[in-house]
Amino acid sequence: MTMVAETISTNGERASETPLLAVQDLRIEFRGKAETIVAVPKLSFEVKPGESFGLVGESGCGKSTTAMAIMGYLGATGVVAGGSIRFEGEELVNAPAHKLRAIRGRRIAMVYQDPMSALNPVKTIGAQLAEVPMLHLGASRVEALDRAAAMLKDVRLPDAGDMLKRYPHQLSGGQQQRVVIAMALLGRPSLLLLDEPTTGLDVTVESAVIDLIGELRRRYGTSLLFISHNLGLIAESCDRVGIMYSGELVEEAPTRELFGRPRHPYTQGLIDCIPDIGQGKHSRTLAAIPGHIPLPSERPRGCLFGPRCAGFRAGLCDRPGMSLEPVGERHVVRCVRWPELEVARRELPPLSGESAAPAAAITVSDITKFYHLGYQKTLKANEAVSFEAGKAEIVALVGESGCGKSTLARIVTGLDRATSGEIRMAGENIAAIEASARPKPLLQSIQMVFQNPDSTLNPSHSAGFSIRRSLKKFGIRKGKAAIDQRMRELLEMVRLSPDFAARRPSQLSGGQKQRIAIARAFASDPSLIVADEPVSALDVSVQAAVVTLLLDIQKTRHATMLFISHDLALVRHVADKVVVMYLGKVMEKGTVEEIFGGATHPYTEALISAIRSTKPEGAERKRVTLTGDTPSPVDVPRGCRFASRCHRKLGSICDREPPPIRRMSATHEIACHIPVEALETPRHQDEARDRS
Amino acid sequence: MSALVEQRAMEATAVKATGRARLKWARILRSPTAMVGLFLVGFWVVAAILAPVLPLYSPTEQDVMALADPTPSAAHWLGVDILGRDELSRLIFGARTVLVVAPLSVAVAMIVGITLGMIAGCYGGWIDAVISRLSDIILAFPVLVLYVILIANIGPSIINIVIATTIASAPGIGRITRGLVLGLKEQEYIAAARLRAESTLYIMLVELLPNCRGMLIVDACLRIGYTIITIGILGFLGLGLPPPNPDWGGMVKESTTVLNVWPLMSVLPSIAIVSLVLGFNLLADGLREAWKP
Repeated sequence: MTMVAETISTNGERASETPLLAVQDLRIEFRGKAETIVAVPKLSFEVKPGESFGLVGESGCGKSTTAMAIMGYLGATGVVAGGSIRFEGEELVNAPAHKLRAIRGRRIAMVYQDPMSALNPVKTIGAQLAEVPMLHLGASRVEALDRAAAMLKDVRLPDAGDMLKRYPHQLSGGQQQRVVIAMALLGRPSLLLLDEPTTGLDVTVESAVIDLIGELRRRYGTSLLFISHNLGLIAESCDRVGIMYSGELVEEAPTRELFGRPRHPYTQGLIDCIPDIGQGKHSRTLAAIPGHIPLPSERPRGCLFGPRCAGFRAGLCDRPGMSLEPVGERHVVRCVRWPELEVARRELPPLSGESAAPAAAITVSDITKFYHLGYQKTLKANEAVSFEAGKAEIVALVGESGCGKSTLARIVTGLDRATSGEIRMAGENIAAIEASARPKPLLQSIQMVFQNPDSTLNPSHSAGFSIRRSLKKFGIRKGKAAIDQRMRELLEMVRLSPDFAARRPSQLSGGQKQRIAIARAFASDPSLIVADEPVSALDVSVQAAVVTLLLDIQKTRHATMLFISHDLALVRHVADKVVVMYLGKVMEKGTVEEIFGGATHPYTEALISAIRSTKPEGAERKRVTLTGDTPSPVDVPRGCRFASRCHRKLGSICDREPPPIRRMSATHEIACHIPVEALETPRHQDEARDRS
Repeated sequence: MSALVEQRAMEATAVKATGRARLKWARILRSPTAMVGLFLVGFWVVAAILAPVLPLYSPTEQDVMALADPTPSAAHWLGVDILGRDELSRLIFGARTVLVVAPLSVAVAMIVGITLGMIAGCYGGWIDAVISRLSDIILAFPVLVLYVILIANIGPSIINIVIATTIASAPGIGRITRGLVLGLKEQEYIAAARLRAESTLYIMLVELLPNCRGMLIVDACLRIGYTIITIGILGFLGLGLPPPNPDWGGMVKESTTVLNVWPLMSVLPSIAIVSLVLGFNLLADGLREAWKP
């Protein structure tokens, strides 16, 4: 680690240059009718020419607001109440409209989070792209369209000529985002603002877009201001990183230095709480940061992170007026205790205990679910999905959107009915019985934790309502006092104080709502828990806490769990067995060690390689970039479902015939045309090369 | 250690918990639109409630002497009508009828409409198809013609006005409810309720209905306004409450013959109708504004 820190001087020579973008003491307020909210109290940072600066923070920390302030788009209520934003030496705050118009889109361009709403749905791609050169560079229409076509080729969209004539809704999310990037680059800007540019995209698509951004940046020499909550992405695409917390910069340093030697407890916490693809659950636990970001109206005195910090010292950390202190070359941190805290860096203990292969608690065999969408149109959500989960085991269902993992969850819980196939639980086939027809003991034994914290609790009822209801309905406890007592125990189990029961969901944070949802799911003492992306909507620091909690409870209750996720790093931390799905079919299944070990399906390989790590050594992993997008589940490929995007495609056999199932071991199966020996070899060779 | 930190973080959030629940209603008080609406409606409600104890003439008592000059005087502040009945007293007692009939009709229409909308939204399939098509047929009729046909056939009375309003408004209310339910029933808390063996009736009443409340209250306010207009029109067409009951629409009609000579007799009840309808509309606007998510 220390070696890494000493050898960073790659961008050292740039330090003396004048910054391209200089934000000084920026204060942003939102002035409503009733109250003024200070979104960003005082923020300063710089982006140098040719540099890529990453701004990291969780939701509500003011990072997007800052980007909007730079573009001058704060809306009717947002006001820059102080400080300055200088771009190439020119002041942007309160600049006249004509001056801003000359800069926006031409010299500063922005890529937004949601490409669908960034593109005008009633105009063709060509018309929208041509606007940029016509407005900013005075190009003629024909010339502008030529440039647009060339730029579309640069962002690797196939068949650029045809693409220009299409409308946004005819493109996939990944393609739309490429168009937005092309539009931003058409003005040849010197600064590109990227506001969570890949958050809505699938991991393999995200990976391709990030690679593209990196490549274009090198080619055009554009500076980047990269805003994201994803530490891995930032670590791989930025030269320097600023960590934002509640509107303030708490730490800023060159990337390798920051991730190699984080000084601020918040930065350390963030790094500790993201699962790493290199480590399983038996090597370390995820460390969570307790609590959540304070609302702008409730910022504490002194250190804003104080209430969540383990190193909080009264009298020292709650003094107002904390400043960024230099701790090394170009490394600053806003913490008074950093020299002491650094020594106390935690070593994280692994989860103990390994279980032997237990008896099957649930067996899913050949589950198929078709939705008929009218004449001869069938959406194949699941086809011949089989796997089994042993008692107290955690089986992860992994795949990108549209792979059918959530449909499967709905079938297991009875929210939907399978078209054919069997799900055996305690000897009974439950695949075709809907929840309303299931006997009470069966409903009681399968419960679900949902994905979206904002819709998991009824906004009209108190948080404790559904827990109480579940206890009563299943007769877990009789009588009001006993039910209330049990509810309090359940709340304590999810580490919430009992008075949370009386609160409305609108008064709870996302993490707290998910905890209530977990308590509700476990209220009926189920033997099987289906967790459908239980933490994907939460901030990283909260994610770790909720996952750890869920695992703890699952373990003490000996409940079997189906853990549905798109996040492979998390799955590696959580699961015993993994089922990888693509377009409704199982591509590969096996134990965690087998999936993340040697031989894998090409799709799994791509998924694993798409994960960005904050570890500097992670950058040397061989990267697999998939082309194209997932085909529609209405019109699935005839042969192997993955054939259209596979980087190891053998030939026409992949398009013609469904792949055979290769048995790698008793527990490990891969559905692929590539023979067993060939599946095993290439990865091992890569690893050997990496080691040498 | 970490438990302690958690505790501190939790206490920080506990402080604000109680404040926000009351915010929803408090926001209405800060909306000028809602307050003006509330004032107009409140004025007529108070007047109607206090009518029997106020020192007013009887609304049906004729003062033949006053007919010589029916314009406002010390004895009759707002004058008298063509039969010599005190205008002010008839306006205030007229408010009593309108403020009973309009909310009552809307309440009945709401009950019928919400029930149908809930059933259509929850069950879907052919039940939804039947309810929706029937609604479409009724909604395709011109509302006023519908009223006139109904009242002309079954005769003017409070009950019949209620029935007519229900038939005319319930489909619209049902449609709104159905739309809300279709959105809400995909929410995860509904799935959670299904997983704990709740009956459909329970899901409708306890899980869905409270979340439709805001929209439906706003809609009810608007509908009360429309119904007051309709009652006025029915009265004007002679299909209102039978005389000598004071009825705003009827008052306008009776005085149209003397409109050129004594315009105040027609203008005053018209102003009464306008102010009350405006009051309900502003209140609805204000509520919508204040409860906007």
